[in-house]
Amino acid sequence: MVNLVGIRDLKVEATTDSGRRVEIINGVSFDIAEGEIVALIGESGSGKTTIALTLMGHARPGCRISGGSVSVAGKDMVTLSEKQRARVRGTEVTYVPQSAAAAFNPAATIMDQVIEITRIHQLMSSDEARAKAVDLFRALSLPEPETIGSRYPHQVSGGQLQRLSAAMALIGDPKLVIFDEPTTALDVTTQIEVLRAFKSVMKAGGIAGVYVSHDLAVVAQIADRIVVLRGGEMQETGTTQEILNGAKHPYTRELLAAFEPKPRGAADTADTVPAPLLTIEDLVAGYGPRQADGLPLVRAVEHVTLKVEKGRNLGIIGESGCGKSTLARAIAGILPAAVGKVVFDGKELGPSARERSREQLREMQIVFQYADTALNPAKSVEDILARPLAFYHGMNAKARSARIDELLDMVRLPRNLRHRRPTELSGGQKQRVNFARALAAEPKLILCDEITSALDAVVATAVIDLLKELQRELGLSYIFISHDLSVVEAICDEIVVMYGGRKVEEITPAKVKTPQHPYSQLLFSSVPKLDPAWLDGLEQDPELVRAYCRR
Amino acid sequence: MTMTHSETKSARISGTRLGYRFNIVGMVGLSIILCWALVAIFAPLIIPYPVGEIVDLDYFGPMSRDFWLGSDYLGRDMLSRILMGARYTVGISLAAVTIACFSGVVLGMIAAVAGGWLDTVLSRFLDALNSIPSKLFGLVVVAAVGSSIPVLILTLSVIYIPGAYRFARALAVNINAMDFITVARIRGESTLYLIRSEILPNIVGPVLADLGIRFVFIVLLLSGLSFLGLGVQPPYADWGALVRENIGGLPFGAPAVMAPSFAIASLTISVNLLIDNLPKKIRDRSE
Repeated sequence: MVNLVGIRDLKVEATTDSGRRVEIINGVSFDIAEGEIVALIGESGSGKTTIALTLMGHARPGCRISGGSVSVAGKDMVTLSEKQRARVRGTEVTYVPQSAAAAFNPAATIMDQVIEITRIHQLMSSDEARAKAVDLFRALSLPEPETIGSRYPHQVSGGQLQRLSAAMALIGDPKLVIFDEPTTALDVTTQIEVLRAFKSVMKAGGIAGVYVSHDLAVVAQIADRIVVLRGGEMQETGTTQEILNGAKHPYTRELLAAFEPKPRGAADTADTVPAPLLTIEDLVAGYGPRQADGLPLVRAVEHVTLKVEKGRNLGIIGESGCGKSTLARAIAGILPAAVGKVVFDGKELGPSARERSREQLREMQIVFQYADTALNPAKSVEDILARPLAFYHGMNAKARSARIDELLDMVRLPRNLRHRRPTELSGGQKQRVNFARALAAEPKLILCDEITSALDAVVATAVIDLLKELQRELGLSYIFISHDLSVVEAICDEIVVMYGGRKVEEITPAKVKTPQHPYSQLLFSSVPKLDPAWLDGLEQDPELVRAYCRR
Repeated sequence: MTMTHSETKSARISGTRLGYRFNIVGMVGLSIILCWALVAIFAPLIIPYPVGEIVDLDYFGPMSRDFWLGSDYLGRDMLSRILMGARYTVGISLAAVTIACFSGVVLGMIAAVAGGWLDTVLSRFLDALNSIPSKLFGLVVVAAVGSSIPVLILTLSVIYIPGAYRFARALAVNINAMDFITVARIRGESTLYLIRSEILPNIVGPVLADLGIRFVFIVLLLSGLSFLGLGVQPPYADWGALVRENIGGLPFGAPAVMAPSFAIASLTISVNLLIDNLPKKIRDRSE
């Protein structure tokens, strides 16, 4: 096969605000054959999106391509003028962004936006373009392909919008399509449909693709070849099979290892007498004004009952919008529950945090998903950790300083980090500080709301291992909320599956292979596996899919 | 990280040593402001003639070796009057802007954190205050209770509290939605701690910029009131009053009417330049 794309010794550099130049891509070379899908994989900041954008001759503001060549279909994108590049974009190379919701203009119909490329490049008449768009909608298995184009972006679901943005990319008959983490923001059950649609369209048209992702399992389903990146340098490249089965580079092996679920040693708590730490009875919480029956207008959590025992962990799993975060907020008293009891350590808690005593608040801490917004950017790590120490334990400056050192040791952060601001830390470091602040209160229960979702697989595994270790040392309990089954499996003794605000099933990790409730079956079977044949071999009951997926 | 760091000394800009970058336009603005501040402080020591004394035989005299900026409509030395006028213009405006921004920002943060009825009552009350035209309000108050420096300071600050309140509240509402505020709330922190330690450090930059703009507005409003004869009373005069006194010199192109106008313009423009070019913190600190 002829090589469609040839990247040779590509270098991209960025200028920082102090005028210093940093090389973010350092001598990357690879080829893409016609009709081949190559995946770029690596942690955030490894330069995968930067490389993908150079295929369109684009570098983000502040960056520039400083060396090497990027030839796409015989043209060197580096040396082309901006006008010539504009001619190539949309007709030969196209781009599918991570967040389709942000990429669509909410004020124009979907059809107008999908066929915009044909209008800009004057490829065909608008009637022809419409007909072609409808064909693409059908090929991407979108519902009602004839009429979906007349809707506005907010009238379709996230998974549909992502497929529509692929239709937008494909309408100009490109030779190469760049997918920039197109399924990262989607639920696993939705992701399957989107992946299937992408795969079939690409294969049918013989279109080459670059698939940027940090999820090896997703990549395994769609890519022919994988390029592993780290710190702007290529670590390893090979066919999907080679990488999955015989990875040579240590970093690739680390990535693969992060994917293997490590079952939790449950024996350590088996012999103790279970004593309930937290019991939730018939809890209802939601948003909007109260109705005549005393319940809020929109109920995000409906009649949930659950129990957490001392020293044991409860996982709550479900797709976005199933009410799992609302449940955590109701337990913590951020959003007062409308109905239901929260009994913690033998005492019933007030529904709102204001009605709880300082001691009750101290014993239950919550850790949020986004460490970026959960840490005050104007304060140093030291100040962030010192506050709960002074507030709950009344420590003086000297005792606080010693305790901060201990806390940083506990979460495996170097002590000299204490003077830094959150913006000067990496994602994983921030999440550790976030967690250390909860530990500073010396709680009995920590609510972890998707704390690993914003982290890369390798970092997330390290954080999970840390949580397990701290539990052994401090005898904590966790409520672990996630949409990622493998994370929950790794740390929890008990798993609750939620759907539409209700608890549909409660199972143990050992029985995850054989869930009883149909939604749990669908959810668990939708988690991608490292096997490249998994997607093609996967069979899901269409009835079930229709019932539970808002695709 | 395996990134290679290539240092380029040529791209460095002066003032980066402290971790801040401050460009030349901002520095010019700051130095003009500092000059006027020094003048306001040391005016009695540096004026060449007493402000109230008629020293020139001519009125609207031209610039000369004895009278650098000419003389005014009574033959008083213009330079001395402008140097002393700086005290009133800068002093009254600074006092008024401090009161206005302090009360506005504190109320705004409290309203954002507390929310509910307190927020509604405060916002509606200050909106109502905001709807009164500022010059008219100033005229009515000064006409009712007479003009004195404390009255001027209070009137000017009351006029600008609603604006500062709105600005701070809008910023604080955004910060209030962040998770770290939720964390502090469920830790059981008081409203005072929330506004002082969690919100204020995050809005202080824009609030300072707003303070600069408001200072300019107050200088202009004070000058306007003085021009109408309701500001600082004779024999003392702030810059606005100086323009009014000498407006009769305009047909003769007398320096007496130009000089105070230039003084007002130089102060307001340099404050604007400074706040548009405040020192920026350099985030990339790896050397």
